[in-house]
Amino acid sequence: MSFDRVPGLIETREGFGETTVVVSSGELLAAALYLRDELGFNFLSDIAAADYLGWGGDVAGAWGSATGRDLNAPSSWGSSRLPAPKPTRFSLSYHLLALRDDPARLRLQIWISDGDPVPSVIEIWPAADWFEREAFDLMGISFDGHPNLVRILLPDDWEGHPLRKDYPLGGEPVRFSEES
Amino acid sequence: MATKAKRPPEPVAVAPPLYEGTRIPAPIPSYLQVSPKRREEANILEVNFGPNHPSTHGVLRLVVDLEGEEIAGMRAVVGYLHTGFEKNMEHKSWWKAITYPGRMDYLSTQQNELAFVLAIEKLLGIEIPPKATWMRMALSELNRLHSHLVWLATFGLELGVMSMYFYCFRERETLLDLFEMVTGARVHGRYFQAGGLAEDIPPGFFIDARKFCEWMPKAIDEYEHLVNGNKIWLKRTKGIGVLSADDAIRLGLSGPVVRASGLNWDLRKRQPYLAYDEVDFDVPVYTNGDVFDRYRVRLEEMREATRIVSQCLDRLEGMEGEPWTSDDRKVVLPPREELHTSMESLIHHFKLVTEGYRVPEGEVYVTIESPRGEFGCYLVSDGGARPWRVKFRAPSFAATAAAPTLCQGGLIADLIAIAASLDTLMGEVDR
Repeated sequence: MSFDRVPGLIETREGFGETTVVVSSGELLAAALYLRDELGFNFLSDIAAADYLGWGGDVAGAWGSATGRDLNAPSSWGSSRLPAPKPTRFSLSYHLLALRDDPARLRLQIWISDGDPVPSVIEIWPAADWFEREAFDLMGISFDGHPNLVRILLPDDWEGHPLRKDYPLGGEPVRFSEES
Repeated sequence: MATKAKRPPEPVAVAPPLYEGTRIPAPIPSYLQVSPKRREEANILEVNFGPNHPSTHGVLRLVVDLEGEEIAGMRAVVGYLHTGFEKNMEHKSWWKAITYPGRMDYLSTQQNELAFVLAIEKLLGIEIPPKATWMRMALSELNRLHSHLVWLATFGLELGVMSMYFYCFRERETLLDLFEMVTGARVHGRYFQAGGLAEDIPPGFFIDARKFCEWMPKAIDEYEHLVNGNKIWLKRTKGIGVLSADDAIRLGLSGPVVRASGLNWDLRKRQPYLAYDEVDFDVPVYTNGDVFDRYRVRLEEMREATRIVSQCLDRLEGMEGEPWTSDDRKVVLPPREELHTSMESLIHHFKLVTEGYRVPEGEVYVTIESPRGEFGCYLVSDGGARPWRVKFRAPSFAATAAAPTLCQGGLIADLIAIAASLDTLMGEVDR
């Protein structure tokens, strides 16, 4: 399958037996439509957002900030080899599946900075409804054109987006503990 | 090793569409809204269904707009069980993080572990001994049986067949005993590890598992006899909550739900993992897309799962004395007795326990056919000893979002049957 004609194509990567097609976020809708209608990727399996703040630092996982208890003071081991730098802070991966007789999988990926709006693919794959709400809720990515972009897993009045790397673990006060 | 002639793949779509066009509510696919005109003219009553209703399989809140008994509007509110597993896993070393996925879906814990472990192994590029592969398959299918049994039990309870609950939990008990024998725990075993299994298979397992496999088909017959001729059961399930295959695909549904809508789609057949291409089993497909067909698909799946377990036992019994885990000492703990004699092993043990293993940089997405459908695990590693990002695609998440599509125009009593037939599990939805 050739992805040369995907609109807004930046690069095609192969790794671990999986294909990743990176497109520019402005052309996301055109690329998604092309993949669905021309190449048959009719099933949206997942939308996964990832935050790369601090990527290439010494420690994976913990980033912590001054607010809240940091349960994970960075440990001392360093990486023997620094990972390759990423273009921007956030990536969004749309995991697609061509649900047909000869199935295929694809990762459609875009890279965005904090606050960049992303066009919503809800018209193309209705399954995106809750996946986009989840990415908004936990990662703080806003989707343009989503008709109901409200928090889904956390209470409506929650502050911050927990899956961001600058959101500390243990930042929530524990009720009935001595500290609160 | 008996090799089977590969049959040509059967077509995915096996029946004409159940209805033309789409029934997905617009503009919000997961929100069935009452038009302002109808709200004004009709007597609409908003009812909060849950979060603590017995038939919500966890803590789900459905906000239902009722006109008489008819469902005019509906949306699902989730998040009551959100525990931040994905965030927590970023802060644990890879091998400690294996504990988490099982806690999300507490009815098929080992299936979730499997997805996570397979993803780690994909990044590591590590070879798994055949004994581990076949045992993983056996336990996956036992987990499928366990999940479907609990589903059938509660489904029966909700539709007023209380005795179903006792019949199903009788077999579930046997299953839990099997899990306990293998993993040491009845529910959360954490038996799968990157590299293979945590321990060797206990010798008594085969005897008990064989007994179970012999008994199980008879038990499934019993469940069938219990309800298949029951008029109330049929009236409450047949023709209720119809969903076409196209809508199911659009909504991201998978598993038994799409197989009841006439799609011959099973990842174990279509994109085989473990050794599913070496076992003989059928994929049950029904075409009416209603609650009754979802029930029939799951019932047939239980029969097929038993068949797969029997075949796994056949293989495993011939593998006595073989290794159950990889001997890659950079990933797998050395055997305990070596620690007394080998300095090298002691170092490996120390490094693995304090820091854990490192996983090469990269991103992978692994999907498996869990009892509820396509379960996915997206992993990003920066080459360190902890995951950079873990994201799970839970089949229940998509199914809960799809509930309003199935319920529109139905009655409030059907809502119970429909919600149950989707087999959503809130632990997995909220993560």
